Amino acid sequence: MSLTLAQKILARAAGCDTATPGEILTCTVDLALLLDSGGPRRIWPRLKELGVGVWDREKIVVVTDHFVPAVDAASAAILKLTRDFVREFDIPRFFDMQGIGHVILAENGLIHPGMFVCGGDSHSSNGGAFGCYMAGFGAIEMTGVVVTGEIWMQVPETIRVNWSGQFSRGVVAKDIMLLLCRELGINNAFSVIEYGGDAVAAMSMNERVVLTNMAAELGAETGIIEPDDVTLDAIRAGGGEPASDALDWRSDENAEYLAVHEFDSAALEPQVAAPHSPGNSGPVSDYEGVEIDQAYIGACVGAKLTDLQMVAEILQSRPVSPRTRLLIAPASQQVIRDATADGTLLTLTEAGAYLLPTGCGACAALGAGILAENEVCISSTNRNFKGRMGANSAEVYLGSPYSVAAAAVTGHITDPRAFLT
Amino acid sequence: MSTINGRAWIFGDDVNTDIMAPGLYFKSPMSEMAKHCMEAIDPDFAPKVRPGDIVVAGRNFGIGSAREQAAMALQHLGVGAVLAQSFGRIFYRNALNFGIPAIIFPAAAEISPGDELQIDPVTGDIENRTTGVVYSVNGLPGHLMTMVEAGGLMPYLKKRLGRKNGESRK
Repeated sequence: MSLTLAQKILARAAGCDTATPGEILTCTVDLALLLDSGGPRRIWPRLKELGVGVWDREKIVVVTDHFVPAVDAASAAILKLTRDFVREFDIPRFFDMQGIGHVILAENGLIHPGMFVCGGDSHSSNGGAFGCYMAGFGAIEMTGVVVTGEIWMQVPETIRVNWSGQFSRGVVAKDIMLLLCRELGINNAFSVIEYGGDAVAAMSMNERVVLTNMAAELGAETGIIEPDDVTLDAIRAGGGEPASDALDWRSDENAEYLAVHEFDSAALEPQVAAPHSPGNSGPVSDYEGVEIDQAYIGACVGAKLTDLQMVAEILQSRPVSPRTRLLIAPASQQVIRDATADGTLLTLTEAGAYLLPTGCGACAALGAGILAENEVCISSTNRNFKGRMGANSAEVYLGSPYSVAAAAVTGHITDPRAFLT
Repeated sequence: MSTINGRAWIFGDDVNTDIMAPGLYFKSPMSEMAKHCMEAIDPDFAPKVRPGDIVVAGRNFGIGSAREQAAMALQHLGVGAVLAQSFGRIFYRNALNFGIPAIIFPAAAEISPGDELQIDPVTGDIENRTTGVVYSVNGLPGHLMTMVEAGGLMPYLKKRLGRKNGESRK
């Protein structure tokens, strides 16, 4: 039987030869990512209640990212509890205030093709860019994973999305996802989105993860991309060593897809999603002129080195408009080091950008940079639900780092291509 | 598993997790967070919902984040079941893990606010006692019935671990 990559991984994790959509499998977990938000804080009391410990300390990665740095007694207590958990169970891989969990896994070569990985955050789908099956689950379910090392999965369908040809200047992976949220809708539960085509093959890992990360916005089980040399190079750069058969983790040629969608990259324009759904999107020209109070670069999806570099391209000779403010929360400490070394941060701060600590930050109204009543923001993050970044009356537009930078320069939503000739 | 009886609270499509459990109250205890459940779209819900009441929604209920507080807030408010045309995947799992029957109900649009519903989560029989219309949908999936019947993942794990070794391990 021909299988998609997602089916192959689930079959392997369940010790089966095959996996049919709809079938229920009990899968063995290769790696569990716990974050300060829904990790030890919620899981440890349950372990105590059950009178058990963790199933395999080597297969657990703990990251603090949602409540960093501590700003009040509550966040300080959550972070302390997280650190205490790591000590109590002697978890070897702990990344404390080093960046956002999904980015940390990618930077450290911890996720490989064929792995089955569970994360305690909906954007765990991010990891699928490495050819693994990585999906997000609630803390209650991660408790089960931490105790048993197993989880039930209903084998999903796979939807294939191909992008071919070359993107025009100023069009990036984020624009793809904002278009797909409109075209495929945000209601794709029980499907995995598998991305491919020569335009995806030409992308860096930093761009590919945008596609899998925002599979969460499509409502999908996860996103996945078949591995290639770009994938393996990224794993090696992070200190990992891919298995010799890593590139064998591909969908079979005759694999059955629920649907196959073909898109022409050259026809894509920069996209913007209007409040209050990522699916409420259109070409940037539809929203040109909307005045903004805040431009925000942040989150796992939108504050990697390449994202900061896009912003710097536009801000190189243009200051942030005095009518707005540009806040930048880099996705990791590594991003800060790299963006320091190549001069990006200097360009950004000279143009007037305000630097924030790494972490999930204002994306989920947890950190610095949240919005006041009736404020309007354009953001490189992945979600613009009502109240997501602060006040319920605030309005959040989503765009690529280029689109956020262009709006920061003019004070209103602007086609970034005007600044990229 | 016994039947669930309660009044219907009606919601539309794509009700997201941030609406059920706003990030601004993430650090607050559930008793506080639950007061703000659905506040952004229906400020009457949290103060007026009664134990056993039933949430009836359109497509994609619970889309968004992995935050289990979305399901916990409904549980805290005593919501007896959630009927929706479809569910966001993580919310669906979270709800069942907390023992809240989450049932796919294509005819959600036929229910009006305040209708008295009776649900059998095992058989999928749903009766609108206000209109007298009876619906038959799929009950909870068989593989999850044991867990939901046990009251959720924690009681289920307790049973399972108790059966396996009976003693705690670190």
